[in-house]
Amino acid sequence: MGHLDGNVLAGPIGDLLSFEPTTARGQCAGCGDVAVLAQATVYVHPMGYVVRCRTCDDVLLVVVDNGGRSSLNMPGLRWLEAADPA
Amino acid sequence: MTRPGSGWYVGTLARAHALTPTARSLVFTVEGWPGNEAGQHVDVRLTAPDGYQAVRSYSIASVGASGEVELAVDLLPDGEVSPFLVEELEIGDTVEMRGPLGGWFVWKPEETRPVQLIGGGSGVVPLIAMSRAHTSSASAAPMRLLYSLRSPADAFFADELSAATATVETTRHYTRTTPPDWARRPGRLTADDLAEATLPPADGPLIYICGPNGFVEVVARAMIALGHAADHVRTERFGGI
Repeated sequence: MGHLDGNVLAGPIGDLLSFEPTTARGQCAGCGDVAVLAQATVYVHPMGYVVRCRTCDDVLLVVVDNGGRSSLNMPGLRWLEAADPA
Repeated sequence: MTRPGSGWYVGTLARAHALTPTARSLVFTVEGWPGNEAGQHVDVRLTAPDGYQAVRSYSIASVGASGEVELAVDLLPDGEVSPFLVEELEIGDTVEMRGPLGGWFVWKPEETRPVQLIGGGSGVVPLIAMSRAHTSSASAAPMRLLYSLRSPADAFFADELSAATATVETTRHYTRTTPPDWARRPGRLTADDLAEATLPPADGPLIYICGPNGFVEVVARAMIALGHAADHVRTERFGGI
């Protein structure tokens, strides 16, 4: 199975944050690339989502679903900034 | 605006019809639905009698402040959710829906730049919502759709796209079987096809590309190679999950 992109994270991460996640900009701690979350590369696993940098493929963040309770790990994200409200 | 991703709604299937031999339009009435923008999606959650849950994302074909949500679902033979939605779900049955979701792969009627939509297979669904928003808002922005599909029988919303009232100019591209007397032999979209059937870089169009991963990768790269600005290209991939 191929990968998806960050658009798919709108529901799973939107549940955890108070802003729309896929239009939020973030910087990869590995290569410095800045992109909105929708542009990231996403691999879907039974336990959740592994989100990788579109440029260097480093893991930006991991969403783990523990029976309906989600947790968010952001090992490779230097910062994440919400978009201006529309 | 409601907080994104906040909670689940109950969608009740109100109407449904076949789009193709393997795809179905499903219109749900969703109590409390705040409406949605063109290009947004929903997460659909099914719960089996034993408690097992499956969640899948589907683009919304409908647009605006209605309490109805139209999905257009193609059956994936090995899928867990799509066979149920296409073949089993009956009028009056319910599913859970979370949304409207996403803000990146969205077109807003106040946008005045020209727009080029490029859809592969059922990736046309969010682009249908954009074409509907374009029509209903009487947008003056030029909008074109390049629709890549296997054969004429696989076309979603064919009548709507070719209707006299359509405001979006649609070009069809066939990868396996063409209509009789079609000038182009069936085959994958090439850079030449894209150059011929899409707005030129000089027009500075916003470009929305949706389809399977491989399709999106190839088309997005080709459009940038043709001279389009990378930050004008927005993509959404779907996969057989």
